[in-house]
Amino acid sequence: MNNIQKRLMKPSAATRQDRRGRWISFICVSFIMILTVSIIGFIAIHGLATFTDNHISVWDFLTKSDWNPGQMGANGKPEVGALAMIVASFAVTLLAALFATPFAVAVAVYMTELAPKKGARMLQPVIELLVGIPSVVYGFVGLVVIVPALRTVFGGTGFGVLAGAIVLFVMILPTITSLTIDSLKQVPGYYRNASLALGATRWQTIYKVILRAALPGIMTAVVFGMARAFGEALAVQMVIGNAAIVPTNLVSPTSTLTSQLTSQMGDTIMGTLPNNALWSLALVLLLMSVIFNVLVKLIGKRGELK
Amino acid sequence: MNESTVKANRANRWALWGIKGMVGIVVLILIALLGYILITGVPHVSWHFLTSPSKEFGAGGGIANELFNSIYILVITLVISCPLALGAGIYLSEFAKPSWLTSTVRTLIEVLSSLPSIVVGLFGYLVLVIKFQLDFSIISGAFALMFVNLPLLTRNTEEALTAVPHSQREAGWALGLSQWRTITKIILPAAVPGLVTGVILSAGRIFGEAAALIFTAGQSTPVISYSNWNPFSPTSFLNPMRPAETLAVHIWKLNTDGITPDADQISSGASAVLIIVILLIILLSRYLGNYCYRKMSGTK
Repeated sequence: MNNIQKRLMKPSAATRQDRRGRWISFICVSFIMILTVSIIGFIAIHGLATFTDNHISVWDFLTKSDWNPGQMGANGKPEVGALAMIVASFAVTLLAALFATPFAVAVAVYMTELAPKKGARMLQPVIELLVGIPSVVYGFVGLVVIVPALRTVFGGTGFGVLAGAIVLFVMILPTITSLTIDSLKQVPGYYRNASLALGATRWQTIYKVILRAALPGIMTAVVFGMARAFGEALAVQMVIGNAAIVPTNLVSPTSTLTSQLTSQMGDTIMGTLPNNALWSLALVLLLMSVIFNVLVKLIGKRGELK
Repeated sequence: MNESTVKANRANRWALWGIKGMVGIVVLILIALLGYILITGVPHVSWHFLTSPSKEFGAGGGIANELFNSIYILVITLVISCPLALGAGIYLSEFAKPSWLTSTVRTLIEVLSSLPSIVVGLFGYLVLVIKFQLDFSIISGAFALMFVNLPLLTRNTEEALTAVPHSQREAGWALGLSQWRTITKIILPAAVPGLVTGVILSAGRIFGEAAALIFTAGQSTPVISYSNWNPFSPTSFLNPMRPAETLAVHIWKLNTDGITPDADQISSGASAVLIIVILLIILLSRYLGNYCYRKMSGTK
């Protein structure tokens, strides 16, 4: 009797399997959570060492533009001013977004509004291919085509913010395009019908109704594109010139956060100030990527309210 | 027709032409880009180029080791990231109920997927190469690539699973199957086309990834022998503990501090190979996705 009771009270094989499966899948998710938290933690610890161990002031780091962490400056302190990299990173990112957004929106409007079936089928592979091309290939083409072209047109070396922005423009174009397409597709069909029924032209409908309605989505797309541009390392590093100077014009060599990291990380020794300063650059990069994420969330919330 | 209608019509015409013109420019950019890479690159691709090792100083080096390393790291990355992404995707689509925990998980996955790959690479350098003393090695590189790949693949898995109609789950439960059995026996098989496409597309993305690899898998390849099949021997091509420069890293390195006299030719050849492989991967994903779909749904 007792035996039967025991058997009945015990979870069945299926239940045990169920629990095990739930646990296994939860462990996978936890791994990703732990991984993300530890990436942020590790970079933060190393990036803050410049300020806690080497006693560099955060204000100097963000506002001074003399980057020479290996040597003592005139005032007897090492020169750790990251302004040049920060300015250059923002410059290439904003410029790339400025170039890419109109084209991305045009392609998205064309695909969803103007030539739905055939045009979309023809343009989809174009976008997929642009996503698929690796960043070093973009960098290489930038180096052998864009930089010499800029050199002949504008003089100077050709390396610089403009070359970086042109390369990034092509790289973030598909990102912004595909996200914009998603947001345009979410605009309900009756918006279009209502507008056209009122006698509005195609363009008036697109410009005054559809793009307005999809604006939060388009803004999110642009922010995603900017996040990608801000964090792109190798393609930019190949065409930016890598001199830690604040860019004075669009075709003078400069250096972004990512390019400085890629080109210098291998030359410094762990634990020394020059190395810590580089980790601080990585921390700025990480914070920016988190800020871009928050921005996307905020825009999403705003969009919901309308 | 009054004046404003005429004006609106004119604006309409111009705007639509403007949009078409911009679309044309984008298509031209892609054609020019692909054309340039293939036309300058393909002439340098020969059997010799694909099968001979690269040279540090002299001209005439090939890309044999780099090509092999890229494929080898890709395979290891997929082997370790697929099960994890599958598990995480299952949890998110089947078990996760709306709660603070779930939304935290989703936020963290979003953050991870938007982290610049150079930051992930530096984390790999810090933790795998230095803390765990894996040195610059294939295994460090594969782990770093897994970190890049996981969030994308997880989201893909989740989407593929959520796309399976809910009636399928109800049918499973109605038959008295446990939730886990329903997932493994009904939902997963039904999601296979989506899963396969996702995995292959992610393979294409990480095949060209370089930023996460330069400080994890390293920027050099030791002398290796392709006849030594013992994975524990330091000269074996299968040894996962040796440094390995991939194709994308090779292109980057040639163009930043390469001193090889024919760096441009090798880069364009290697770029062409990279592009061709990625084109093949995209085509393969389409073909396999469609093939699986036809097999699963029984339509011809």
